[in-house]
Amino acid sequence: MIRRILATTVKELLQLKRDWRTALALLGMPIVLLMIYGYALSFDVTDIRLGVVDQSRTQASRRMVEAFLKSGYFVQRAVLDDSRPLDDLFTTETIQAALVIPADFAAQTSARRPTSILFVLDGSDSQTANTVLGYARQIVASQIGSLYGVEVQVAYQATPLVWYNPDLKSSIFLVPGLLAFILMVSSVIATSLAVVREKERGTMESLRATPIRAIELLLGKTLPYLLVGSVSAAGSLFLAWALFDVPIHGSLLWLAVVTLLFLAGGLGWGIFISTLAETQQLAFQLALLSSMLPTLLLSGFIFPISSMPKVLQLVSLIVPARYYIAALRSIVLKGVGPDAWGINAVALIIYASIVLLLATIRMVRSL
Amino acid sequence: MVSATGLTRTFGEFVAVDRVSFEVAPGEIFGFLGSNGAGKTTVIRMLCGLLKPTSGSGTVAGFDIATRAAEIKTRIGYMSQKFSLYSDLTVDENLRFWAGTNRVWGRQFEERREWAFEMTGLGSRRSALVADLPGGFRQRLALSCALLHQPPVVFLDEPTGGVDPEARRRFWDLIDDLSAQGVTVFVTTHYMDEAERCHRVALMHAGELLALDTIPELKKIFAPGSVLEIECRDAAHALETLDDLPEIIDAALFGNYLHAVVTAPEIVQGIQNHLEDGGFAPVKVRPVPPSLEDVFIRSIREAEERREQ
Repeated sequence: MIRRILATTVKELLQLKRDWRTALALLGMPIVLLMIYGYALSFDVTDIRLGVVDQSRTQASRRMVEAFLKSGYFVQRAVLDDSRPLDDLFTTETIQAALVIPADFAAQTSARRPTSILFVLDGSDSQTANTVLGYARQIVASQIGSLYGVEVQVAYQATPLVWYNPDLKSSIFLVPGLLAFILMVSSVIATSLAVVREKERGTMESLRATPIRAIELLLGKTLPYLLVGSVSAAGSLFLAWALFDVPIHGSLLWLAVVTLLFLAGGLGWGIFISTLAETQQLAFQLALLSSMLPTLLLSGFIFPISSMPKVLQLVSLIVPARYYIAALRSIVLKGVGPDAWGINAVALIIYASIVLLLATIRMVRSL
Repeated sequence: MVSATGLTRTFGEFVAVDRVSFEVAPGEIFGFLGSNGAGKTTVIRMLCGLLKPTSGSGTVAGFDIATRAAEIKTRIGYMSQKFSLYSDLTVDENLRFWAGTNRVWGRQFEERREWAFEMTGLGSRRSALVADLPGGFRQRLALSCALLHQPPVVFLDEPTGGVDPEARRRFWDLIDDLSAQGVTVFVTTHYMDEAERCHRVALMHAGELLALDTIPELKKIFAPGSVLEIECRDAAHALETLDDLPEIIDAALFGNYLHAVVTAPEIVQGIQNHLEDGGFAPVKVRPVPPSLEDVFIRSIREAEERREQ
């Protein structure tokens, strides 16, 4: 049994070695994807182009403007005397936000009377607008105290304390999801061609006449890609740490365990597809579609599961990446043990078992 | 060693194999002759346990094909019609893989590999990719891969497709050697010259077994002198005019010649005159020993006549 699995594994690895394009794609693509998406996929907003209309022209108003520019989020792109040209500046995208300080700003604040400043935002990109609004609120809030003096009674004080990702960098939040996405897509594609290729070339017919068992063929074809997947997972994780400063707080051993469970599920799914499809082309498309879309949309990678409609929340239960991402965030960002993410590992075990069982049943049929 | 009784396989309405029965003795070279789609491959696939018979039964090496496929698979070698090697692996790697799937490893593998190198003549090219080998070598390598575990029976499904005549001849020398060593060889072909090298030949047409015997026995369906070879101008058109002669049972084009099966050898002069009158001179008519192809064509005609009645 073991020797026949080994014979198949050696054969698959040799074929992979000869087919250097595929080998390179399987090993290199995750890393390339991680770099592309890691840099491109960011919800952090910086260098917001700001237009400033300071009608007050006082020390108080200048300090307010300064506070915006010193925050690091804004760059000043236009200084205006009145707010009428703002519309043009927005439509030509010269600026993305505008700060308008009224003429009586200093007088009102020194008299400790209520005043208002106007903050105008381009809302066509609501995601960015929301983030920018958050920054602006924070800056204004911090200025109010000093402007009105210590006598101002603040009804309450809210101190935000963000754990695990104190700078709220989106890359730290996204990289685990990205890792799951990349590993899922590459593992499903890797094995999706494994059986159908033999069918297309005609070697399956000869294999069927040998005493090799379905489970031996399945394991023999899965193991090499588990190896390849592990290598690219380790490489991606290293890059995430090196390039995106994703801290790895938890145990590397647990990380390896959940990653292997996740890979086993993905590879099993690929084999299952491979036994269904009649051509490599169909297998490839099925693999791409069935791994990419659910992992991108229904795993909590980008869109939080808790804010999905109930139906989609239910569908997301069968998306393995959901559990892997949850476990990964726990291990990598929080550094907690299996008592915290164990349920996700169990879900991954269940998923991998079901998928491998299905693949075995199909394999018995095609042998 | 191999037997079939009323073996039948249908695919929906289509009857691919229709009540086929035969016995193959140990060490025999048993040929299945028929055109494409005659049902030869379907018979082989049922015997190898790859396809369940719709009805009928069969045994290979003493095991029932319907229920003991696992035992059969350890005792047969199978060379499928499709190319059964990995062209992106080397000669040595292919041997190692196919040996592994058939539980041949360690010392035994080393020995069998040496045997395979000797048999194929590929010892010096063991590190060559199969993709780079000429067709004849690939075919011999495929055969040796199917024989690594020393099975008592081998099934060869059109093993020499797309191989040049010299390589085909060498391949058949290997088959003779195997038979001499007691290996039962079950081979399908649509080449008449290959069928002539079989101990017994089964003629298959449209799923039916038309005839099964040794070559000399098969040829006895013709009375002596009843097969004539006709050499004339424009043989294709001459063939059409032969229908006018009632003494001719059957006529077919054989390369540049015509072969005619006649009721009485005395008709020779009559044919000669008929064709010369028809403007196909010069005409030469002579009796010839029947070829296997004559037998095959005759059997198909008879079967079709039976069906029409």
